[in-house]
Amino acid sequence: MRTDLIILMPEITLLVMTCVVLLVDAFSEDKFRKITYWITQLSLLLTICMVFYYSPDYSYLAFNGAFITDTMSVILKIVICGISIIVFFYSYEYLKESELLKGEYFVLGLFAVLGMMIMSSAYHLLSVYLGIELLSLSLYAMVAMHRKSKYSTEAAIKYFVLGALASGMLLYGISMIYGVTGSLQLTNIADAINNSAIEKIYLVYGMIFIIVGIAFKLGAAPFHMWLPDVYQGAPTSVTLFISSAPKIAAFAITVRVLVDGLFPLIDDWQSILSLLAILSMAIGNIIAIAQENIKRMLAYSTIAHVGYLFLGLIAGTPSGFAGSMFYVISYSLMTIGAFGMIILLGRFDLEAEKIEDFKGLIVRNSWFALIMLFLMFSMAGVPPFLGFWSKWFVIKELVDSGFFVLAVAAVFFSIIGAYYYLRIVKIMCFDKPDTMRAIKASQQMRTVLTINGLLILIIGLSPNTLMNLCLSAF
Amino acid sequence: MSGYMETFYLIIVLAPLFASLIAGLFGNLVGRHGAHWVTNIGVGISTVLSLLVYKHHIIDGAADYNQSIYVWLTSGGIDFQIGFLIDKLSATMMVVVSFVSWMIHIYTIGYMQNDPGYQRFFSYISLFTFAMLMLVMSNNFLQLFFGWEAVGLVSYLLIGFWYKKESAIFANLKAFLVNRIGDFGFLLGIAAVLMYFDTLDYVEVFKNVEQHADTTITIINGEPWSLMTVICISLFIGAMGKSAQVPLHVWLPDSMEGPTPISALIHAATMVTAGIFMVSRMSPLFELSATALNFILIIGAITALSMGILGLVQNDIKRVVAYSTLSQLGYMTVALGASAYAAAMFHLVTHAFFKALLFLAAGSVIIVMHHEQDMRKMGGLFKYMPITCFTCFIGSLALIGFPGTSGFFSKDIIIEAVHYSSLPASSFAYYSVLLGVFITALYSFRLFFMTFFGKENMSREKWEKLHEAPAVVTTPLLVLAIPSLILGFFLIDPVLSGNYFGSAIYVSSENNALSIIGAEYKGIFSFITHAFLHPPVYLSFAGLFVAWLCYIKFPNLPGMIVGHIGFIYRLLVNKYGFDDFNQVFFAGGVRKIGHLLSHYGDAKLIDGLLVNGSAKSIRIFSSFIRHMQSGYLYHYAFSIIIGLLLLIAIFVHGVFY
Repeated sequence: MRTDLIILMPEITLLVMTCVVLLVDAFSEDKFRKITYWITQLSLLLTICMVFYYSPDYSYLAFNGAFITDTMSVILKIVICGISIIVFFYSYEYLKESELLKGEYFVLGLFAVLGMMIMSSAYHLLSVYLGIELLSLSLYAMVAMHRKSKYSTEAAIKYFVLGALASGMLLYGISMIYGVTGSLQLTNIADAINNSAIEKIYLVYGMIFIIVGIAFKLGAAPFHMWLPDVYQGAPTSVTLFISSAPKIAAFAITVRVLVDGLFPLIDDWQSILSLLAILSMAIGNIIAIAQENIKRMLAYSTIAHVGYLFLGLIAGTPSGFAGSMFYVISYSLMTIGAFGMIILLGRFDLEAEKIEDFKGLIVRNSWFALIMLFLMFSMAGVPPFLGFWSKWFVIKELVDSGFFVLAVAAVFFSIIGAYYYLRIVKIMCFDKPDTMRAIKASQQMRTVLTINGLLILIIGLSPNTLMNLCLSAF
Repeated sequence: MSGYMETFYLIIVLAPLFASLIAGLFGNLVGRHGAHWVTNIGVGISTVLSLLVYKHHIIDGAADYNQSIYVWLTSGGIDFQIGFLIDKLSATMMVVVSFVSWMIHIYTIGYMQNDPGYQRFFSYISLFTFAMLMLVMSNNFLQLFFGWEAVGLVSYLLIGFWYKKESAIFANLKAFLVNRIGDFGFLLGIAAVLMYFDTLDYVEVFKNVEQHADTTITIINGEPWSLMTVICISLFIGAMGKSAQVPLHVWLPDSMEGPTPISALIHAATMVTAGIFMVSRMSPLFELSATALNFILIIGAITALSMGILGLVQNDIKRVVAYSTLSQLGYMTVALGASAYAAAMFHLVTHAFFKALLFLAAGSVIIVMHHEQDMRKMGGLFKYMPITCFTCFIGSLALIGFPGTSGFFSKDIIIEAVHYSSLPASSFAYYSVLLGVFITALYSFRLFFMTFFGKENMSREKWEKLHEAPAVVTTPLLVLAIPSLILGFFLIDPVLSGNYFGSAIYVSSENNALSIIGAEYKGIFSFITHAFLHPPVYLSFAGLFVAWLCYIKFPNLPGMIVGHIGFIYRLLVNKYGFDDFNQVFFAGGVRKIGHLLSHYGDAKLIDGLLVNGSAKSIRIFSSFIRHMQSGYLYHYAFSIIIGLLLLIAIFVHGVFY
């Protein structure tokens, strides 16, 4: 029991720190929100240290197999916290600018991070579910934070109702799996499927409900409808958050449930994911072309990226899973960069939501135009940027496992996808700017965004470190 | 000393590269003086070290060096490497390349004096030296190809050096395109080597070459071809491009549009000899294909004779020298075809010196005449530029093979070797090169007499200002005159005894014509006196005499002759119509096809229908399905349910299976 608690130290630390933030915030005035913010960042940093410090040499199951720490969970937790730190950097800037700077954002954010950490380590369908709910409930509230905005409220209601529906389905699927296998613990489920003659139809039935639940959280087509509306309606800082770290956590539970728990059903889930992947890549990339709002465009781009993310899982090999992990990490880095750019260009009265707002950025600020160019090239999959390697990695694994048609489809849709990323580059570099307003942003924001953009290039130039890290997780 | 050798090899190639980068990238920073100093020193270092390497390998007879320096990449189990194979063949080439290049670096200081692109020019010629050295020092086909392409690129840059001159741009494009045809063959040859030998390393390939002596491959159904013939002819097509053999010779005369120093360096002494060098290097391959050797003999013989004849009707001083280069390259090629690789290399070396000398002398005349290149407007320059005249005389003597000069030895053994060759094409080649000797003497002294003797045809104000060229120009002339005159004495003996190149060149015993000459060889002076028993010497004297008759004694004679054979004269002036044919048939035809493809294939079909069409349909489709995103919550929930039902229908109930 004691070792179990030690394994849980990072989560306990985060929880305690979150309570501290809550308390500090409750007793401080609006002008001291800066303190809340810095304690938040500190807690995340502390959590990263804790994850490092308590990382075990081998995978360890705690609490009767409900909770696991292994290389994957350690890497993902560090990435989740790291991404969240950058997210909070950008958010702080945005919240200050749009007078939304309330402590709740950070408290809810930290609870969400806690949920994600639990998801990364969940090894029991109940802990999976609890993690998801902790994350989702925090996110629902965060989307609604801008109470005066009707878009924000609408988005929150949609997200909440649909999220509840998806959670219901997830639970229903879990109950069916429990019904036939008699267990919620993932290894036990796998053993039960392997060892006893369970009618496969019940398993597949349950699995489909679980996959639908997870696919909803990831935003895979055809369960993606909430995504564009929520991305657009929510305050940019929240969109930024939703689009990044939670995808990593969702990836974690997908791998846990499908690979560790339902591996005997691999043929079935490979086909299901293939269908979802093709639909996601097609719908995401094609509809993105028609978007005028950059947040919506990025929402569809997310949908497409989720499709690519599935490809590595479909390959069904450890290196394929590593490819997906690489994909989701690089996707998060790129997407926060892109939203960071939106925040950078925005202002209190005028958010840079329209694609047109990027017109002639190169004249207004050539450095950040360059960063945006990195981001867009990377998302489109142009070498040598990070996004190229992530696509290359999953497609290579797909080809190695013999899924040629899917690989060709992936390349085909990425060509279509290149259009709308490059359109932004074109607008940025060749169109005349409507305004010559200088970009007003704090030094902190500029620095972090620059680092973010350069990371895309630097990791892209030497992708092996990250690749090996991902490979070591499986 | 051998311990340092490895470092020396590296420095030899890197010093010019480094100098080129400084002169090219920091040209404004180092200034004109900086640029010529740094490149002269860089190439100077290479020359001195090359001479050391020459001493080490040829005079001291050190063992061959074959080592890979750096693995560029490994793909499909094949290592692509940078490495050096230094043996007697490459050591010789290194000296020729670096030495001639150095002389030309010095000469350039004077010749390009007032040119605005001074630093750029030095950067290019140093880069060229680097590329050429990489080519000759390579130990594998990949690096050979790299050097091959790099010299081609620099040649392109240098022919178009005066990039505002219309004719120069035309010429550099032409050179580039024609060379691409050759390179295509070359690449196919390399690909075939890679395919059958699974390696690009020379030594590995040569080791296994016997295994494939009888291998056949089928390119066209039912027609088995000897693998070696296919490889050798493909490689030789590459050599035809670089070494300007008929019909891929058309680029070389036009390349005279570039500044004279590069005409001397690239289009006379070094780059054009890359093909000759390559074939000599590949001698173990070529020895296995009699078909390829016959092919080479015929191409070489045609080039040697027909290009020499064209030299007779040119009036541009540089073009005469250019056609002479073509003709001499033909001689070398003939020697290759006769399996006399050593003789080809011998002629390559002597030719490099005397041809560089002739070019630089021509250049010297050109600067003194303020960029006048038409020989009809010269004459009598002997009085004003004695050094140039004297060195040009030496160069011409070497070119015509006057007994005792360097060209005499090398050309004589080529002719003898062809004479002894047993290949079917050898008799045709023999008479061609024999007649070529007469032609060579005729056009060489035509140039010499028209330029330096006879009536002064320039305008009065021009000849009043005439004077000898500056010392930076005349010094290289004098330095180059020495080897042009005496080099043959030193090399004839080892070349004929077969010791000179040792194992670097392989000749099968039935093809070994040089050994027959070598067996009869009894010392230099008997060789010279022996030559008087053979026609070449008399032919060259006859040529000289006819030149004297036509251009000194009876200056009206040529005009009368032209009047009588007008048709042939026009044919020659039109260069046998090669250029017109290419211009109309290839250039025009390709442009027409290109236009058709661009208009119908690209603009209408690909852009119009496929690209814009699909883009349009995707946009329409996209704006259609975005309407499914209605914004109503119940629509969204509905889509989730539908999606779920769909999955269940497909994967549980197998609807679509």
